Amino acid sequence: MRLENISGLYESSARERISLILDAATFQEILPPFKRISSPHLKTLGMPIAFDDGIVIGVGLFEGKKVFCAAQEPGFMGGSVGEVHGAKLTGLLERAAIEKPAAVILILDTGGVRLHEANAGLIAISEIQRALFKARSMGVVVIALSAGSNGVYGGIGIVARCCDYVLITEQGRLSVSGPEVIESQKGVEEFDARDKALVWRTMGGKHRYLQNEAQAYTKDSIKNIRATIAAYFGKPVPLSLEELLRQHKSLGQRLEKFSDCADALDIWTKMGIQNPDQIPSLDDESFITIANRVRDHD
Amino acid sequence: MTNVNSACEQLFPLGFNLVTSGEMIYGEAKTSKGVVALLGTINSAPIGVDLAFALAGKVLEIIQNYPQRPIIILVDTQGQNLSRRDELLGNAGYLAHLSMCFELARMRGHTLISIVYKEAVSGGYLALGMIADRSFALDSAQIRVMALSAMSRIMQISLERLEELCASSPIFGPGASNYVALGALDAVLANDLSSPIEQALSQSEQLDQRAKLGLERGGRKLAFEVINLVINAHV
Repeated sequence: MRLENISGLYESSARERISLILDAATFQEILPPFKRISSPHLKTLGMPIAFDDGIVIGVGLFEGKKVFCAAQEPGFMGGSVGEVHGAKLTGLLERAAIEKPAAVILILDTGGVRLHEANAGLIAISEIQRALFKARSMGVVVIALSAGSNGVYGGIGIVARCCDYVLITEQGRLSVSGPEVIESQKGVEEFDARDKALVWRTMGGKHRYLQNEAQAYTKDSIKNIRATIAAYFGKPVPLSLEELLRQHKSLGQRLEKFSDCADALDIWTKMGIQNPDQIPSLDDESFITIANRVRDHD
Repeated sequence: MTNVNSACEQLFPLGFNLVTSGEMIYGEAKTSKGVVALLGTINSAPIGVDLAFALAGKVLEIIQNYPQRPIIILVDTQGQNLSRRDELLGNAGYLAHLSMCFELARMRGHTLISIVYKEAVSGGYLALGMIADRSFALDSAQIRVMALSAMSRIMQISLERLEELCASSPIFGPGASNYVALGALDAVLANDLSSPIEQALSQSEQLDQRAKLGLERGGRKLAFEVINLVINAHV
């Protein structure tokens, strides 16, 4: 598809997403596909490989400022993290701690660990997390986006929440365990993965924004997403005792208030939303108006 | 050797005390390097929002009450709690918060050492133990992302083929020794449990050396190289 015909991120590829989010034609890819750095483990299993191992990383401009950007490719192995995929992201974040770009933008779209390289994938995610903390400790603001078809799951769901900010769209999802995993391990009565309405109101963008698991919610349009990202420049969240005590209090209050809620509808009712059953069908603008009235967060 | 008390008796021969609060344990131990804080889980606890929050609270308490006291993380978890309620309440946020509290402790001079004394799985291990500066496991401990049978079902690769691959590579299969080969564990502890911990306490490590160790030990041949290629790329 021609770039100018793409209005949002949901169905676009990793490279399209980066081109759309950054200033036009400013992106320079690090370890581009012609370097042919792919997963040796998938090869061993006789599986298809990708010459970027399913993640695009590099440097570009955002409103004229130097930023680092990474995007997981939704179409390759569900955006999953293997040894090489993970090392590319770790390297980018370590480099961010050294070069201190104006921001790091992570366009996430993943089921988490790539099972075909299970142990290496899990360790890679832990390394990403450490490198992310290093970048943050140098004052670099790291912004995670969840707007893609795979959602953001597994260890990368945890990593996303370790960023300064999470930006989500209605189609975005954020969780640790996915619906299928919960259903396969605990049974359909615990979680019916085929019940898409349940999936979205439990893990989807609207719920995550209402409870402040995501700090920003926007319509899936390039213009809105860029404007939301721009607002976070120069506003790193310090990894300080004061800040973590504040977050601890806020997470404690969430448990106190909503601990006995069985469904998102109960949470939304307790938050003071008049017609909670209408939340899923609201358009973005109406939702944001209602959400900002009941959210007790910045 | 799956009981936390019997593990601690061997890990801390100079003495320790542990308090149990639900599936969380905390306390302190004497070592020749001074008093260390103990914090962890028991009963292969699944880590959901309540447990992650309680653990994070303890880390913040240690930071405030005992500046720079080393923290020994005693790991026994079957992973993140697989439940609708925990995901509804935002388990990613709670597990991330726990990780960030440990990171803050490290930044403020607390040495972090994790010991898998029984079981460590996936997201629970990521938030609780893998964050440490130095990581160990008892030789009887189990570490994995997923049981091979479940991997076989999801990947649609026969169990026999997976078992064959496990024999030739540390990448796929469960096992503490695989995590040593991949660089994620400093060592598997057998017989003498206390000396390696004492040694780790006197050699704090601020850098993440896991990719480098994985290369040196032959378990992960590409991670370290790729990280450095990215850092040094002329872009």
